[in-house]
Amino acid sequence: MSENRKKGASYNIPIGPVHPALKEPILFTFKMNGEMVEEVDFAPGECHRGIEWMGMRRNPVQIVHLTDRICGICGVSHSLAFARAVEQIAEIEVPERAHYVRTIIAEYERIQSHLLWAGVAAHELGFDTLFFLAWRVREESMDVIEYLTGNRVNYGIVQVGGVRRDFTEDQFPRIEASLKYYEDVAGKLLNLFLEDRTIQMRCKNTGVMSEKEALELCTVGPTARASGLAMDVRYDSPYAAYGDLDFTPVLPHQYLGLTNGDVYDRIVVRLLEVVQSVDLIRQCLENMPSGEVLWEKKYPKILAACKKATGEAVGRIEAPRGECLHYVRMDGNPNPQCWKVKASTYSNQMSWLNMLKGEQIADIPIVVASIDPCMSCTDRVAVVRGERTDILTKADLHRLSVEKTRRLAQWS
Amino acid sequence: MTRTMRTPEEIAALFTEKFGGEIGEVTVKEWAEGVKKTPIRSIWIRVSRDVFKDAVRCLVDIDYPHLGVISGADMGDEIELLYHMLIYFGERGQEINVTLAVLLPKSDLRIPTIADIIPGAVYSEREKQEMLGIEVVDIPDSRRLFLPPDFPEGVYPWRKDETGIREDMIKELWAVGRPTGRPAPPVAPKEEKKEESAPAGETPEQTEPAEPQKQPAAPEPEEVKNDE
Repeated sequence: MSENRKKGASYNIPIGPVHPALKEPILFTFKMNGEMVEEVDFAPGECHRGIEWMGMRRNPVQIVHLTDRICGICGVSHSLAFARAVEQIAEIEVPERAHYVRTIIAEYERIQSHLLWAGVAAHELGFDTLFFLAWRVREESMDVIEYLTGNRVNYGIVQVGGVRRDFTEDQFPRIEASLKYYEDVAGKLLNLFLEDRTIQMRCKNTGVMSEKEALELCTVGPTARASGLAMDVRYDSPYAAYGDLDFTPVLPHQYLGLTNGDVYDRIVVRLLEVVQSVDLIRQCLENMPSGEVLWEKKYPKILAACKKATGEAVGRIEAPRGECLHYVRMDGNPNPQCWKVKASTYSNQMSWLNMLKGEQIADIPIVVASIDPCMSCTDRVAVVRGERTDILTKADLHRLSVEKTRRLAQWS
Repeated sequence: MTRTMRTPEEIAALFTEKFGGEIGEVTVKEWAEGVKKTPIRSIWIRVSRDVFKDAVRCLVDIDYPHLGVISGADMGDEIELLYHMLIYFGERGQEINVTLAVLLPKSDLRIPTIADIIPGAVYSEREKQEMLGIEVVDIPDSRRLFLPPDFPEGVYPWRKDETGIREDMIKELWAVGRPTGRPAPPVAPKEEKKEESAPAGETPEQTEPAEPQKQPAAPEPEEVKNDE
């Protein structure tokens, strides 16, 4: 089928910057020595959409809705980072209540993203019962997000100068019910993921990255924190309501007493962050100030303020996968003179090179997945063995990974 | 890790003192959000290419930075690179965003690599090479990163001059129109569903062998061919 398509009309597609936070295909090349990975190389960029190119030809109010569509999972991260950059340039003061609304929705996004990842990780190990359970539990946060914003995926809630919908008091009982649900289920999830012998065998001392490497390779988010690098934009540069909330970054040693920087630690960090998010949302509900949620109700006025603005700013936020950075420069024209989007996986991909070295082929799926990248990454993997190059499909790799789990389970 | 915390003003003064005339405008900005208005601090430093690498080293001496990303802007006759770096993270509200901006004239677009100081920088440097057509001197890996191998040489997507994306490379969605002469969509046969549910799949992987079975039911590729 794909061959037929290739023969069809050729397309000229403007190639822009990275498709930032991604479900993108990536080509890996592994140099193998027997079962051992000797060298790793990867080529991203198989599905560019030229988002930045498009953005530099649109005005900020239009771009906000474009940023919603950069990633299917981080629906709010990119729009929030972009809006924060534009607000700094145009010196728009966001109402206090809007900061809390933004924080609540960002934390729900973290819950659903981390649980989605946990399910995928379980699937990569061949533990599909847990995969289904994790995704079942994740559904609760998706329901609440839909209840609050009207959408499951592209929330469309952030606007330059605030948010487009308020969360009202009569919605709080539903939010509270979901927080209660997650508190009840958290112990079970932690037990299933962290106490399971098979998961421990597969994940401990697999894909190790030291704190020094994490710093030097510019890694971000849970990937960096699992290696013991205390780095969390919410804590370091408190944006939105995070400056008012009481929390500290989640590090593996808080749970385990020590930091290994392996795949297991990355599971620990993400699961504990789900628990932390529940607490943060509750703090927001308790301290939510009253008032407007948008700086100016008339969108043309927001647009006029953006058009007049000149200057440059960086909007950074902590997306579920790590730091998300938008650089915007306005020069008095409607469209930004420069717009750079950096998603979390952009920073984390370099860490694969070290993590995968010395691992077995069967460990590739879980190690690749452990930084929470796009799952279609493993779609096409080329293994160079001597002169011959074998292409392993995702199904092949998954089979190898499941077989290894079963082998370990039998021996023990 | 023991860190000596400096204020943004002290860091700005340190840079001005050390590099003197080689650095241009230094701006310290502050922004605050939330009810408590916790300040978020940033420093913007314009440096010349000659001292750029020393400036990065100087920053490493202050505190080993996290390189967020390298941005690039086409300014007309020049290209500006902006290195967004963060120091003092891990301490509540203490982080400082230090941006080093370097102007490169389009007649000489060379910049030294910083991958020997910050190994992770090579990723972003590769992107700047292909997107802006600059040359990162001594870069450990100069291959393309995101652009496909068949992308034309000498076209740089972020440029706004004649080397940028050409008009003929743009496909406007509104101009594509609705496809005509398409065959009616195939209606999925209902019996197949029962067959599939019989061997209860335990993993999603097992659904994959079922896919080839579906293909004969959808004869669209052939018919599309006939239209052309």
